[in-house]
Amino acid sequence: MAIVTVNEDVCKGCGLCVDACPKKIMALDSSRINKKGYHTASCIRMEECIGCAFCAIMCPDVAITVEK
Amino acid sequence: MAVVFAKTKMLCEKPFHYCPGCTHGIIHRLVAEALDELGIGETAIGVAPVGCAVFAYDYFACDMMEAAHGRAPAVATGIKRVCPDKAVFTYQGDGDLASIGTAEIIHAATRGEKITTIFVNNAIYGMTGGQMAPTTLPGQVTTTSPYGRDTSHCGWPVKVSEMLSTLTGPAYIARVSVHDVPNIKKAKAAIKKAFQLQMEGKGFTLVEVLSTCPTNWGKTPQEALMWVKESMIPAYPLGVFKDVTAQPATPEGGAQ
Repeated sequence: MAIVTVNEDVCKGCGLCVDACPKKIMALDSSRINKKGYHTASCIRMEECIGCAFCAIMCPDVAITVEK
Repeated sequence: MAVVFAKTKMLCEKPFHYCPGCTHGIIHRLVAEALDELGIGETAIGVAPVGCAVFAYDYFACDMMEAAHGRAPAVATGIKRVCPDKAVFTYQGDGDLASIGTAEIIHAATRGEKITTIFVNNAIYGMTGGQMAPTTLPGQVTTTSPYGRDTSHCGWPVKVSEMLSTLTGPAYIARVSVHDVPNIKKAKAAIKKAFQLQMEGKGFTLVEVLSTCPTNWGKTPQEALMWVKESMIPAYPLGVFKDVTAQPATPEGGAQ
C-alpha cells in the first residue's frame, strides 16, 4: 500500500489527478472547501493505491506527496 | 516507507497563482527538478517574462531576474556572459517570446548564446484576458477573434521551434507537451538535456512546451488537455528539431 498526501491549502480542485489515476481512487470532495474556496482532491481508497505517483506528476500545483 | 514523489527543493513554498488546471505549474516543476537533478540549481539564474509567468521569480529557489516584455533572452545574454559558469535560463510565454520578443529570441539563438529558453506555448494571451496571440490556431476563438482566427487577414501561427531550428547557433530545439503523464516525462527529459548541453557549452537551447489555458479557452482543465492533444499537437508537431549531439543517420546500405 502507498500513501498519498494532498496539501489541501494548495490544491485548486482542478481534478487533473482524478483523471490521471489508473486505479480511479482520487476524487474531489464536494462536501467541503479549503480556505481558497476549492473542493480539494483526496485519495478515497488508500488501500488500493499502487504508488505510481501519476496524480502527483499531473498536479499543476505540486500539492501531492506519495510514499510507498 | 520511501518517498516516491515530493515537491523539489528548487521550488519555493509559495503556492502558484495560476488558474486551476493551468499547466504552467507542471512546467515550473519540471524546470526546477531538472536544475536540481543536474546539480546546477543552487547557482542557476533565471529570467522571468511578462505574462502569466511574470511571478516565476517568486517560485524558483534560485536567483531570478525580471525582464521587460520579450527581452528575457537579451537579459539572459548579459547574465551568461558575466557568469559563464552558471546555468542561465529564460521562462517565456508565447505572447512574450513569439510576439514582442521575436527579435530578441531570434538573435539570441543565432548568436548561439549558451542559455536555455523554456517557451510555454498555449496559443493565447492569458494574463491580459485571452486575446489572439501569434501562436493562436486558425479558427480558434479568442476575445479579439470572436469568429475564430481568420487567416485571410490574421495570417498563420508562428512555428517558433521550426523557425529557430533553421539557424546555425542553436544546439538543441525540441517541442514537447504536458497533456499526460508519458508526455510530462518526455518533457522533463528534453528540459534536462537542454540544460546539460548549455553547461557543456554547445550553444543556444530551447524547449517549447505546449501548455493549456482553461480559463481563456473556455474549457474545463480536462477539456483543455484534450484540446492540446487533438488540436494543438497536429498544428505543432512534437519532436526534436535540432540536436547537435545526435548521431548522423547511417546512410541506407552503408556500414552499420
